[in-house]
Amino acid sequence: MTEKETLLSIEDLRLYFRTTQGIVQAVDSVDLKLGVNEAMVILGESGCGKTSLSRAVLRLLPNNVDTYSGSIYLEGENTMEMADEAFRRQIRWFKMSLVPQAAMNALNPVLKVGDQVAEPLIVHHRAEKEDARNQAAWMFEKVGVPVDFLDRYAFELSGGMRQRVALAMALITLPPLVFLDEPTSALDVLTQANIFNVLKEIKQELAVSFILITHDIATSSELADRVAVMYAGQIVEVNTARSFFTDPLHPYAKLLMASVPKLKVEQEPTFITGQPPSLINPPSGCRFADRCPSAFDRCSEEPPVFLVDGQQVRCWLYRAKGVRA
Amino acid sequence: MTLELNGQPSNDIPAELSGTQQFRSDGPTSAATSQDVLLSVQDLHVWFELKRWGFLNAGHVRAVDGVSFDLHHGEAIGIVGESGCGKTTLMKTILGLYQPVQGNVKFDSQDLSELTTRDMQTYRSKVGYVQQDPYGALPPFMTVERILSEPMIVSGIKNRSVQSQRIHDVLTEVKMTPVDDFLTKFPHMLSGGQQQRIVIARAMILKPQLIVADEPVSMLDASVRVEILRLLQKLQASHNLSVIYITHDLSTVRYFSDRIFVMYAGKLIERADVNALLRTPLHPYTQALLAATPDPDYRNALTHKELPPGEPPSLVNPPEGCRFHPRCPKRIEGLCEVEVPPDFEPVPNHYTACWLLR
Ligand SMILES: Nc1ncnc2c1ncn2[C@@H]1O[C@H](COP(=O)(O)OP(=O)(O)OP(=O)(O)O)[C@@H](O)[C@H]1O
Ligand SMILES: Nc1ncnc2c1ncn2[C@@H]1O[C@H](COP(=O)(O)OP(=O)(O)OP(=O)(O)O)[C@@H](O)[C@H]1O
Ligand code: SF4
Ligand SMILES: [Mg+2]
Ligand SMILES: [Mg+2]
Repeated sequence: MTEKETLLSIEDLRLYFRTTQGIVQAVDSVDLKLGVNEAMVILGESGCGKTSLSRAVLRLLPNNVDTYSGSIYLEGENTMEMADEAFRRQIRWFKMSLVPQAAMNALNPVLKVGDQVAEPLIVHHRAEKEDARNQAAWMFEKVGVPVDFLDRYAFELSGGMRQRVALAMALITLPPLVFLDEPTSALDVLTQANIFNVLKEIKQELAVSFILITHDIATSSELADRVAVMYAGQIVEVNTARSFFTDPLHPYAKLLMASVPKLKVEQEPTFITGQPPSLINPPSGCRFADRCPSAFDRCSEEPPVFLVDGQQVRCWLYRAKGVRA
Repeated sequence: MTLELNGQPSNDIPAELSGTQQFRSDGPTSAATSQDVLLSVQDLHVWFELKRWGFLNAGHVRAVDGVSFDLHHGEAIGIVGESGCGKTTLMKTILGLYQPVQGNVKFDSQDLSELTTRDMQTYRSKVGYVQQDPYGALPPFMTVERILSEPMIVSGIKNRSVQSQRIHDVLTEVKMTPVDDFLTKFPHMLSGGQQQRIVIARAMILKPQLIVADEPVSMLDASVRVEILRLLQKLQASHNLSVIYITHDLSTVRYFSDRIFVMYAGKLIERADVNALLRTPLHPYTQALLAATPDPDYRNALTHKELPPGEPPSLVNPPEGCRFHPRCPKRIEGLCEVEVPPDFEPVPNHYTACWLLR
């Protein structure tokens, strides 16, 4: 695979929330790089911080933020240094957009879906209504929604169609980067497969980059160029799709892959005992240590990120094989 | 909107049903006379009445429309199908919660429609139900202990020490140990996987012969799913339980059932042993489902999938003939859109309702 030009580079990103029980370290020291026209999958179990990570990058923050720090370089510019107003006018929708988790249920029930899709263009690009509608029609075609659905309301559409509408909305301003938060989790297998066909086409035709957030490992392979695995607020592995899906590095990633039931090959799935730690006062060493079959004494210390053949892994087992990042 | 659904399926047999063709059952091997059969479902139709303006009949949702099968003692079957195809309705009818407009459900050769209210209660204690949506399944203000005693109180097990012994046994079986740590917990204090184990414990508490598990793991993370399914499998083996496992996910069924039934738009369109169904799927819909279900493989990103167009049909006005025909790449013009395909058995014990196998 050829080295792609960097589009997004995240360094030491943290997002902590204040709660009555304590500080929730939802995103903790995350480093990630994404190339132009690349699709990265962020895999992880419920509550590990995937949605929080996308919110941190898009600066869609709740009001109980405790810590929000780090750098986010987008096309070379550190957006963390931008004022909110500038971020809103230059970045969100223009450079990055989001299909939020459960987007298909969040469409406005009293607006025609065509108008909803056209809206970001009118609001953010100050486009003429007519042009915006035409662009929406074009986008409907791209995501596979019949153009005469422009005048329908969300409740008249099936779940799959609504999800495509949400996708059209995120793409309408043609941003170079789109976040997809669990885009197909609530949908049927055939609908899922259809939407992934659409995403592949769009990636090719519009040269978009995607960050796909999901806990569905098998489906994630439908789009992934690279895979990042998140565990308890941290990224524990970043790998190419090719090596990840054949031979992941991190012990957690290995167990996660082994837990996926396979349809076409005979291989009994296994499971991971125990539960992820709380994000309030997480353990000081490796966060996976108490579930890890390979844990040894060193693991009570926080592992740094090691580079193994250019891929990132946060695990002491690679202290000899890799170099510290 | 002017359409309104009433919560209960309609009881009177609509005129449209009379004169419909006879649906075939399992053929010679079927018959609830067989010693081995625990549950027998014959030509079951469950329809919901659609109301306009709250009272005018606006047709029926034919959620289950001609389903027949036998379930044997100690057997696990998986029912696979897309959202809205009628899986939950079929299960609730088997549980006696819905009445069919036609056809019947027999448990140990007893027709459910002939049971008295008291017999019905006894019947329900023989069938454990793991309902869809684990997060809504447990009453939030009850402790684990209370949740597990309820079914026993309802069915007349009043002795406290018998109750607590049973709770202890069941919690141990679902690996919620040390038991005392969990008894006083409320559902929100438990992880999704633990909640689901409590749901299973509750289904097991009256020592059922049959467990119906409706999407027991679809809300859970991959790493926990297999653990819960293994648990069900273990319980099945150790108590010689029959299990009906409902899911939309073909890849888990493979490891946790003996037979797979594929449901489409209210009908079972294919039934076979797991391996036969996965190796040689006969129905074009099953073939599409198999093709669309990915295994984790980086090559998936490099290929475009061939898929049938469109979406499952309305169950109010389902397509004539084969209900899959509008989406079917192999349909036979002049036949598939005209006549309902019966169950064919091209290979012994492999049934499919598709004209290609005629
Ligand atoms: N506004 C908030 N205030 C406090 N805690 C929060 C807030 N938002 C999220 N969290 C917590 O942060 C952690 C990460 O949540 P997040 O939604 O990012 O997880 P996720 O990986 O997207 O999970 P899922 O797969 O269930 O969507 C969780 O423990 C969650 O409870
Ligand atoms: N109480 C009801 N009243 C009216 N219609 C109903 C009722 N329950 C279900 N239906 C309809 O019957 C059809 C089958 O629903 P059912 O819940 O059995 O499907 P399912 O296969 O379990 O779907 P899912 O995978 O989404 O759980 C659907 O069209 C549904 O809208
Ligand atoms: S009966 Fe005809 S339309 Fe239906 S699945 Fe078979 S070939 Fe296709
Ligand atoms: Mg999330
Ligand atoms: Mg259901």
